[in-house]
Amino acid sequence: MKRLAIFAPVFLLLSGCSGNWGWYVVDPTTANGWSNLQFMVTGAYYTILLSVTAITISIIVGLLVALPGISEKRGWRAFNRGYVEVVRAVPILVLILWVYYGLPTLTGITLSVFWAGVLALALSDSAFQAEIFRAGIQSIDKGQYEAAQSVSLNYRDTMRYVILPQAIRRILPALGNQLVYMLKMSSLVSVIGMQELTRKANVLVVVEYRPLEIYTILVLEYLVLILIVSAGVRWLERRMSSSEA
Amino acid sequence: MNDTPSKPEAVISMRKVSKFFGAFQALKDVSIDVHLGERVVVCGPSGSGKSTLIRCINRLEAHEKGEIVVDGITLTSDPESLEKIRGNVGMVFQQFNLFPHLTVLENLTLGPRRVLGLSEEDAKSRAMTYLERVQIPDQANKFPRQLSGGQQQRVAIARSLCMEPRILLFDEPTSALDPEMIAEVLDVMTELASTGMTMIVVTHEMGFARKVADTMVFMDQGEIVEVGPPEEVFTAPKSQRFAKFLKQILNH
Repeated sequence: MKRLAIFAPVFLLLSGCSGNWGWYVVDPTTANGWSNLQFMVTGAYYTILLSVTAITISIIVGLLVALPGISEKRGWRAFNRGYVEVVRAVPILVLILWVYYGLPTLTGITLSVFWAGVLALALSDSAFQAEIFRAGIQSIDKGQYEAAQSVSLNYRDTMRYVILPQAIRRILPALGNQLVYMLKMSSLVSVIGMQELTRKANVLVVVEYRPLEIYTILVLEYLVLILIVSAGVRWLERRMSSSEA
Repeated sequence: MNDTPSKPEAVISMRKVSKFFGAFQALKDVSIDVHLGERVVVCGPSGSGKSTLIRCINRLEAHEKGEIVVDGITLTSDPESLEKIRGNVGMVFQQFNLFPHLTVLENLTLGPRRVLGLSEEDAKSRAMTYLERVQIPDQANKFPRQLSGGQQQRVAIARSLCMEPRILLFDEPTSALDPEMIAEVLDVMTELASTGMTMIVVTHEMGFARKVADTMVFMDQGEIVEVGPPEEVFTAPKSQRFAKFLKQILNH
């Protein structure tokens, strides 16, 4: 009953549009529909695991690439620019294919579908993270560095205790953006066979032959995931700014 | 300058120091000695190089020519000797530069814990000692933003003191303050001077200078134009430029 209460309004709304809808494939009141829905939703596990793993790595790599970008040494800055420009220029889908099919030939190491996906997503995102961190760090007033220097803090402690905590607060909305972006881009890993949301939907479409209904559910799945992430980021922003008020 | 045998060793010695910002020369062959326990007040029109002078002492600015020796260590870009010097030289800034994401107490304990290796409790008790000294122990758990400008500047002074430096530099410490808050900061500085701390203060507060300074330094266009005890230079300025400057800032 509860299932029906949740899904019925959505179906009714969508059925109101013209077209030949066949909601029975995902009708939670029938055994087949319910198992189809379960099949689709379980894809969220890999979508989330893939995205969270990839963004964790890309944030670390992004920070490590951002730091040379604010160096006074030209060589370091050139490294930062080179990395950002090259990595940013490769389409994610191409990178996924290259890492999964190309890298094993090059290195002799075969990556699992999951790790190939993580590597490609993280690499691609790290260039954007590097730019976000660079902007965040550069937005911090010069006086903060000087104050840190005047109490004799070294570079690492200055970054760790003074600059980064302030920079991260400022770039939190941008980091939230990237997580949303990552959740959506993870759908591309379906092309190498990752059993995440999009792949599961594709599989079901082949069996049931009702792309319209199944892909509509897929859209809703991403929507729900991303709304949750947005709410989480906003909560985090509020919490962090209140400690500073 | 003023090297009389009765004075103790110089803790800061600048010899023919020059500093350029692009084509602009901010310091022109500046030489000065500051002795242990000496209180030096530096004044001069804006752009005269007085801030640059003291910022060179803890190498927030790197000088291009000449020699600066602080506490027996010659200033170079070597990070190790730099760290040693900065541990002995505190600085108070015009814009306070407190760490806004940390509480007052955390602002004070960060340096002692990370640099001096104090335990959390030791750092806290030291911080409270100095907060009492600047008369705001009750603000310890607030964030800088919740304090008035005068209170923030006193926190900044306490933060410097927590490192127990031998020398304190003040870069226009009251210039960003509302008039009613200047006194509370100057009081703290006056009290500090009475403890024998070596201080170099860039300020236009001539009342403070008269009361506290052992040595007045007047700078103009990157040069030290006049040096001497305040009672001498105020009553009988030797240079025309200083006389004119004094007239300008005292006539309002």
